[in-house]
Amino acid sequence: MSKQYEFKAPVLPYLLVLPQMAIVFVFFFWPAAQAVLQSFYLQDPFGGRMIFVGFQNYSKLLVDPDYWQSFTVSTVFALCITISAMAISLFLAIQANKKIRFSAFYKTMLVWPYAVSTLVAGVIWLFMFNPNVGVIAYVLKHTFHVNWQYLLNFNQAFLLLTMAASWKQLAYNFVFFLAGLQSVPATLIEAAEIDGAGAGTRFWKIIFPMLSPTTFYLLVMNLVYGFFETFPIVHAITQGAPGKSTGILVYKVWRDGVINLDLGSSAAQSVILMLMVILLTVFQFRFIERRVTY
Amino acid sequence: MTAQQKIDRTAHRAKVIRRLFPHIILWIGIAIIIFPIYFIFSASSHTSAEIQAAPMPLGIGPHLIENYSQALFKGTQNMGTPVLTMLKNSLIMALGISVGKIVVSLLAAFAIVFFKFPFRNFCFWSIFITLMLPVEVRIMPTYKVVSDLHLLNSYAGLILPMIVSATAVFLFRQFFMSIPREIPEASQIDGATPMQFFRHILAPMTRTPIAAMFVIQFIYGWNQYLWPLLITTKPEFYTLLIGINRMMSGADVQIEWQIAMATTLLAMLPPVIVVVLMQKQFIAGMTETEK
Repeated sequence: MSKQYEFKAPVLPYLLVLPQMAIVFVFFFWPAAQAVLQSFYLQDPFGGRMIFVGFQNYSKLLVDPDYWQSFTVSTVFALCITISAMAISLFLAIQANKKIRFSAFYKTMLVWPYAVSTLVAGVIWLFMFNPNVGVIAYVLKHTFHVNWQYLLNFNQAFLLLTMAASWKQLAYNFVFFLAGLQSVPATLIEAAEIDGAGAGTRFWKIIFPMLSPTTFYLLVMNLVYGFFETFPIVHAITQGAPGKSTGILVYKVWRDGVINLDLGSSAAQSVILMLMVILLTVFQFRFIERRVTY
Repeated sequence: MTAQQKIDRTAHRAKVIRRLFPHIILWIGIAIIIFPIYFIFSASSHTSAEIQAAPMPLGIGPHLIENYSQALFKGTQNMGTPVLTMLKNSLIMALGISVGKIVVSLLAAFAIVFFKFPFRNFCFWSIFITLMLPVEVRIMPTYKVVSDLHLLNSYAGLILPMIVSATAVFLFRQFFMSIPREIPEASQIDGATPMQFFRHILAPMTRTPIAAMFVIQFIYGWNQYLWPLLITTKPEFYTLLIGINRMMSGADVQIEWQIAMATTLLAMLPPVIVVVLMQKQFIAGMTETEK
């Protein structure tokens, strides 16, 4: 990376980074430190008494079947979202990238849902599949004779959450795949075509490898989304039901902290989640920096 | 029919199918996006009784104006805050987050790229570590800090903790590093101070990334859910998404679906308008962050 020209000033740079650093410290490092501290204590919800318990909050989590169940559901959930949302978006982006009529219109139509919030996605799918008023639920029950009761049936609940969460992520992936595809030189593909490569070969041997940085980036972002940012969908649609079975990790942190007031355990869970995200970030960044310097 | 004609016809058919194929797929994609949204639009035009009677009629009913004006000016029985109030709150939050983040990040990125100073790397990494950190994983501790600072039920409490993440710093840093070093050098030789360089040369050059960041952060801010859910307990600070949640909580019979769905559509509108109007800058900026 070529170095940028550097001004010389003794005080100015500190003043410039001050606002950002202040915000990061007050609203990230301070709370994070408190979370770490809190995770070593037991606090009774009524008084303010804190008892130091060492790693007990963590060790309790590690032997808690509920936690592992939540961990497993979150992982499978994130993987399902990532795979379905990425596959569908890639397929759509390939079609939209072809030289066809109305392609500008198609692109706009597939890009704007980026603006739809996760909660709104949850509410929309809840409304379609609500067993009492939902239009699709009605069709499922009366035309296909499915016993549609997603609040009582884990598979149905999981499927509904996955569909809603993937639906929300389509536009985001579409934007990146489209940009990635546009950066593949058309001459390269034409040359392959002249050499007799079929559509499948062209895709797997040329386009897909050249798209791999985008795919990798999206893989990480989709996993982060599936793992950590799907709280609104779970909160709107199932609230963890049936039982606690769809209570993904972020939902569990919230429930244990806000509803059950088990602050020590909630803090320990937060610390674990933060470590997971930071690891993913560093991993992603190492990869990106390497690419840029090439 | 000769054999040649037969081959020609098959070839022609294959060609037509190949030409139509992308259109068909894209229309299916659009349908997947549009239909769910159409359902809620349709619901917002019926009466509560029509929706509860399931299945609701799929056309557009005559109660559109009535439902939307109830949503905008009155709210529901579950929740008496009108959409207008929440629209204002969402707007303040989204604008506060996007503008605040852009200003703070521009300054930080300027310092990190164009100055050499002790702790530069430390600053960069402390900011960078927050790059992808969703609020969801740090809610409880942040809640405690914000409550200690007496910022619950305030705009500052809604906005400040959301300015943390490093996306904007990172994007501006990338952009600043790509600027030819002759430009700052020349400005220095011409006797401009660093701040003059920032104001008159760098900031105008950064117009496109700033526009892109505005779109991304406006949507990010507008769509925050968990954080306002935690810290707004007074209805006058509810954002639209919280309003939707409050309208939907309660037993099925009490939910005024038609108003909740009208509110949902209204909540979608502002960010969608921003994306559509600024689509070009937005896509450029989205893909720039990735690099």
